[in-house]
Amino acid sequence: MITAKVKTNLQLVGEITELFKEFVRCLYTRPFYLGRIYEQIVHLGIGSLPITLVIGTVTGMVMTLQFGYGLEKFGGTLYVPAIVSLSLLRELAPLFTSLLIAGRIGSGISAEIGAMNVSQQIDAIRALGTSPVRVLVVPRILAAVVSLPLLGVLSGFMGICGGLIIAYTEFSMPVGFYVNKVLSTIGLMDIVGLMIKCAFFALIISLLACYRGLKTTDGTRGVGNATIWVTVTSSIIILISDFFLSKILLLLFG
Amino acid sequence: METLLEIKNLSKSFDDKPVHSGVTFNLYKGETIGLLGNSGTGKSVLLRSLIGLEEIDGGEIYYRKQKVNGLKEEDLFKIRTKVSYSFQNGALFDSVSVYENVAYPLFEHTKMKEAEVDAKVMEILTLVNMAESKDLMPSDLSGGMQKRVGLARSMALNPEVLLYDEPTAGLDPVNVELVLNFMKEFKKQGFSGIFVTHDIPAAKKICDRLLILKDGKIYFDGSVDQFEKSDDPFIKNFSNSN
Repeated sequence: MITAKVKTNLQLVGEITELFKEFVRCLYTRPFYLGRIYEQIVHLGIGSLPITLVIGTVTGMVMTLQFGYGLEKFGGTLYVPAIVSLSLLRELAPLFTSLLIAGRIGSGISAEIGAMNVSQQIDAIRALGTSPVRVLVVPRILAAVVSLPLLGVLSGFMGICGGLIIAYTEFSMPVGFYVNKVLSTIGLMDIVGLMIKCAFFALIISLLACYRGLKTTDGTRGVGNATIWVTVTSSIIILISDFFLSKILLLLFG
Repeated sequence: METLLEIKNLSKSFDDKPVHSGVTFNLYKGETIGLLGNSGTGKSVLLRSLIGLEEIDGGEIYYRKQKVNGLKEEDLFKIRTKVSYSFQNGALFDSVSVYENVAYPLFEHTKMKEAEVDAKVMEILTLVNMAESKDLMPSDLSGGMQKRVGLARSMALNPEVLLYDEPTAGLDPVNVELVLNFMKEFKKQGFSGIFVTHDIPAAKKICDRLLILKDGKIYFDGSVDQFEKSDDPFIKNFSNSN
């Protein structure tokens, strides 16, 4: 029983690795589908703007509120801009954005490709002498890897803006002071780190979603199961890998 | 006669359940074969195996002396432009229009200009009587219309062999006639085909030769005339029950 489970999981890892290898191979061999990549960036990236704006702003507002009242007891309200901006850029913006995107685009990709699979459209792509990896997987992964870091930066920026609103209204902190403190705290490497994290998480989400979509069986029920699997699995992997990525980025950038 | 497809001793099983165990036959240039058999005998699986959509367990498949089984996916692409597959349900791309479905293989495999693609798409759609529906989405089409568009798409690249997976199943008599006329037209132009069907009268009309798949093997391989005159109890029963 345990041996069978281990074997199944090893097979799963092997198949995902194979798909990743095929994805990499398609990156440097013709044909390229630039139009499809652009289409996916618009669909996945621009389509995720509203949710990113809301999540970023609200996260910054809540953090400022909590830290503000927490630190007020020790006379540390002045440190709120630094703490909020740093924790947003290094941790919360990439993590929250990626988790939400895992739900939004991860499930979307797996449902779309899964539905195509159960209705034989993937077979049709193959039967017409083209590669589903090239036509479907590459544009989606590239679009996610390009879009998510930019969404992460936007989320971080909106969080800092949300923090500014609360710092000003709740704690009467001058706008100039807040902005000054933020700018003197964050560095370019914090933004680079955020983008690296988001790009890595985007790769995880889109790769798992495409893999599961291509492996979907059992009709509409299978499509539903695929979306659940992608959302849960990619969220868990994001949370676990976030720790290791944070450690590595701290070692590299301090 | 020139051999296009050569199937030698093909075997295939799913989870230790054998589907094919030693299927052998040839497809010659210009002929259309009817592949018959009861439900669950693996007719569609056999058709899919011919272009590598299904991996086989044993035996050999050749297209013009080139071994098909064992080829890498990318190496199969060229063969699939020559041996085309028409899916039972059409398998149309549901997020694009009828026109884009038929144009897809032309944009992928030819260097045709947009005007040439347009002319070719309209020519094929006219042949299957779907020209007026070119801007519709697959979800707006009936089952019969979807099949016809699927057929049109599968012949866009002028393949040498067309594999028809139950193209007349579930269609009303008018649509059956339309599809059969299309197949006749294709045959008249000298192309070859394998026609998987339960519709024996249709197979008799179109095919030069009939094969019956039974117990994982080709049970019968002969002309329509031989099929009709056969004294074999199974064939007689099969013919009458269908």
